[in-house]
Amino acid sequence: MSDSDLRPTCEHHHEEGGGHDHRGPGRAELRASRRAFIKGVIASGVAVSSTGYLVLGRGTAHAQAAGAVGRLITLNVNGRDRPVDVLPNETLVHTLRYKLGLTGTKLGCDHSECGNCTVMLDDVATYSCSTLTHAVRGRKITTIEGIEGPNGELHKVQKAMVEELGPQCGFCTPGQVVSAVALLKQNPKPTVEEARRAMSGNICRCGAYDHYLRAVMRASREA
Amino acid sequence: MAYNLIGKDFVPVDVTAKVTGRAKYAEDFRADGMVFCKSLTSPIPHAKIRRIDTSAALKIKGVLGILTADDVPQFPPPQPPILAKDEVFFVGEPILAVAAEAIEAIKIDFEQLPHVTDPLESLFPGGPDARSNGNVAGAQINLQTVKWEAGDFAAAGDDKLPLGKPAEQWSYGDLDAGFKAAKLVIEESFVSGGLAHHPMETRSAMAYWQGGKCILHGSNQSHTAAVPNIARLIGIKPEDLVLVAEFCGGGFGSKIPGYPNMAIAALLSKKINRPVMHRISRIEEYGIGSARPSFQGRVKLGFAADGKILAADLYIVQENGPHIGGGDFRAAGNALSILYQPSAMRWRAVPVLTNTPPVGPQRGPGENQLTPLIEPMIDKAARELGIDRFAIRRSNAPESSSKMGADQGPVTSAFQKEALDKGAEMFKWEEKKKKSGQRVGTKVTGVGIGQGYHSAGSNGFDGIVRITSDGKLHVHTGVGNLGTYSHSGTARVAAEVLNYAWDNVIIERGDSRRGLPWNSNQAGSLTASTQSRTMWVAALDAKQKLVEIAAQVLGGAPGDYDLGNEKVVSKADPSKSITYAQAAQKAVELGGKFSGKEAPKDINPVTVHGLGMIAGSGLIGVAKDNLPRVGVTPGLTTTFVELQLDVETGKIDILDMLCVADCGTVLHPQGLANQIRGGNVMGIGMAMFERHVYDPKLGLPANTLLYQSKPPTYLDVPAEIGWGAADKADPQNPVGVKGVGEPVQGSGAAAVTSAISDALGGHLFNRTPVSLDMILNFLSKRPQAHKPLQINTV
Repeated sequence: MSDSDLRPTCEHHHEEGGGHDHRGPGRAELRASRRAFIKGVIASGVAVSSTGYLVLGRGTAHAQAAGAVGRLITLNVNGRDRPVDVLPNETLVHTLRYKLGLTGTKLGCDHSECGNCTVMLDDVATYSCSTLTHAVRGRKITTIEGIEGPNGELHKVQKAMVEELGPQCGFCTPGQVVSAVALLKQNPKPTVEEARRAMSGNICRCGAYDHYLRAVMRASREA
Repeated sequence: MAYNLIGKDFVPVDVTAKVTGRAKYAEDFRADGMVFCKSLTSPIPHAKIRRIDTSAALKIKGVLGILTADDVPQFPPPQPPILAKDEVFFVGEPILAVAAEAIEAIKIDFEQLPHVTDPLESLFPGGPDARSNGNVAGAQINLQTVKWEAGDFAAAGDDKLPLGKPAEQWSYGDLDAGFKAAKLVIEESFVSGGLAHHPMETRSAMAYWQGGKCILHGSNQSHTAAVPNIARLIGIKPEDLVLVAEFCGGGFGSKIPGYPNMAIAALLSKKINRPVMHRISRIEEYGIGSARPSFQGRVKLGFAADGKILAADLYIVQENGPHIGGGDFRAAGNALSILYQPSAMRWRAVPVLTNTPPVGPQRGPGENQLTPLIEPMIDKAARELGIDRFAIRRSNAPESSSKMGADQGPVTSAFQKEALDKGAEMFKWEEKKKKSGQRVGTKVTGVGIGQGYHSAGSNGFDGIVRITSDGKLHVHTGVGNLGTYSHSGTARVAAEVLNYAWDNVIIERGDSRRGLPWNSNQAGSLTASTQSRTMWVAALDAKQKLVEIAAQVLGGAPGDYDLGNEKVVSKADPSKSITYAQAAQKAVELGGKFSGKEAPKDINPVTVHGLGMIAGSGLIGVAKDNLPRVGVTPGLTTTFVELQLDVETGKIDILDMLCVADCGTVLHPQGLANQIRGGNVMGIGMAMFERHVYDPKLGLPANTLLYQSKPPTYLDVPAEIGWGAADKADPQNPVGVKGVGEPVQGSGAAAVTSAISDALGGHLFNRTPVSLDMILNFLSKRPQAHKPLQINTV
């Protein structure tokens, strides 16, 4: 049994894409000051490019006007060296999602609260929404796309998540998987209580915690 | 009945995509030339828009376009607008959208108007109105101005809900006689705090136009049922909308028929002729992402000496947000009626508009606000009458012969007594209840029982199945993918009827271009029950066509054949058969009804449109669900909780939690377990943590991030939650299935409030959530920080 191929005929999934988000003014966004409104992003030109990109409420035009141009750096992502043009104040989740096309990492809150954006830096679970890309040069970055084996075989955590029917809506699942993999790297045989604490940075609004925990414990029992 | 597939676990087709990150949600799509847009939203809770000046913004180089209310379809108030025109009603309401970095350059001249966040304030004579032309509205309730008498307020005082004129009411039985005959009458006023849906995926949308059609990548719970409404929002015909919604990162009722800001991406894309992504931030989501409405209520319950409820009188004032809001107030009345079976009952309600973000249905709308407040009162009655707390619930619980609601109509089945019995046995109620009030050190134990109800089944939708010449069964389903796996669970009904091996089944869903039938919303716990019916009738239609084709090919009459192992076999001579693959090939040759080129007359136009895409490509079974269904199909649940409450810190640890569902035949055990557990987790949040907070003076929201809104984390809930099912077939569903996704939250929340009250010697807070502060204030005999009926408080 398989899901039918739903790929629309008319889209091209860019490795690089325009994007925007903000880490800016928090609650003030909804408040009285118009200054606090998040600016939209400009993405003019033939196609959306890596420079058509916005962080911290700063769009390309604005950023360039202020002299804040990107810098070409190399990141080690999922075992590959990836050259990428990065603004000074750009967060890792933006680089991954909008410039490297790695959309498995989700952006749930952008405020270090939900854990949907969890990746591993040198095997340690980290919120990529709150990590500056420039700060991770030379580090080993692992996203959900790098969890499977070299031939696409599921990691034991992923297998266990399937067997225990971990996900409901699935949006938090990549973060849950990465956190679980990071946990088992540090502590291959956690107690349920240790697993619960290690996973507690990942919110699941569907409330599938019981199933995710079962999956972590099942994976820990695998060799 | 023994089934091959129904009632057995399987690996749903979309799980692997979810655990590998390959599942694509709306904001994961890109298109050539795609630009991002941003909404400019209202900074104040209620104002007239005097003037919008976009001239400076439009002069900025690279500004691609601005979308205002003048560019979008208009709907009569209090329907929510796509973009605010003339008047804004809450902080965070979208006014315009810009495809460029120019929002700072836009000037809006507002004239601030009085705002209101508390319905009682608006109902008070001379009180502020949330809209300049009214303060009461709802579905089937016209926008109007309602003010109660000052005397109503004076008579009630601060502690009780005033009983002014309702907008709606119903009653049955002799209420006065019931209260007169009652041995015990309990009357309480209460508050149920509103709370956000906050799905993990915000409601981002991406759209572009191609060949006159709008291609919309949206985050939506439902699929085909939402298409007509989303098309209406955009102002196009349903057949001109291609909705791509293969995955939905949570909705909980907030993404049922589509929502206004989907139209922003579509209409701005049309205006600037480029693909547009409208990404919604977490903070914006708290403005436009919907919420469960607060209740300010009052209930009077009359009990006989044996605990039977003789009379119930319920009044609900609903904080309905600024627009059409939700029907929670109505559902609350039905829940009280069915769950506790009062011999006589009156229900009254008024939905009052407020300058708070729009509200709408959230998992068990209305029902789940009510039972967490009622169940501790049932406990109080049990204690005062000297009856076991389990026994009083069981004696009032509905059975299949029970009636419900204003018209005292029938139910298709109710096995709540069986669910309660199973729960009591699994939870060991008789042992656990002995721990009630036991104190060890600073910790005191409380045990509680909660119940939940939601109407969980519908009918009248269509099914399509298709057998292709490679022998595969394609199940076309127009339900969404909310994460319940009912798209696959119900597809197994079709596979069951057609004797298919599950590996040979392909599920077609998630994209309007895949030939999808008219199906129910993925909401209201509807899909398991409703779609098992459509799958059943479509599969029976395919079965009929298979035997007709066998008769044509092999001779004899259709009745001479039956379905074997993916082949049609002669009953008389099993060596005579044709495979499904051969039959499908023959169906293509025959055309007409066999290949879907002719459609049944009674199917929905949406199904006709979907059928047109796949007609001629195989043997097609297509039918409308005309199976009978009389009465409400109730999904019923009960949750049992044991908790420890620290009397020095107020902290609560839930030690044991177990939920049993009356959801008919179990279709997919693992999926049911996940729904039950997840719903109970949400129930814990509702009972203990989650609530809206607004500054009553400024109308500003104080919880627009997760740490402020407090959905439960791993550490707030037990590591394991037990579950069970009454597993009694509903006689009005072909495979006995009822839905159950919603009441599990209500019974979970109610079991927690019941257990907290139990730990505190039966104290009634009459408020959810029961916060740590409230517990500590009670224990130290300090007054609470809020007035009894105040809402939106910390």
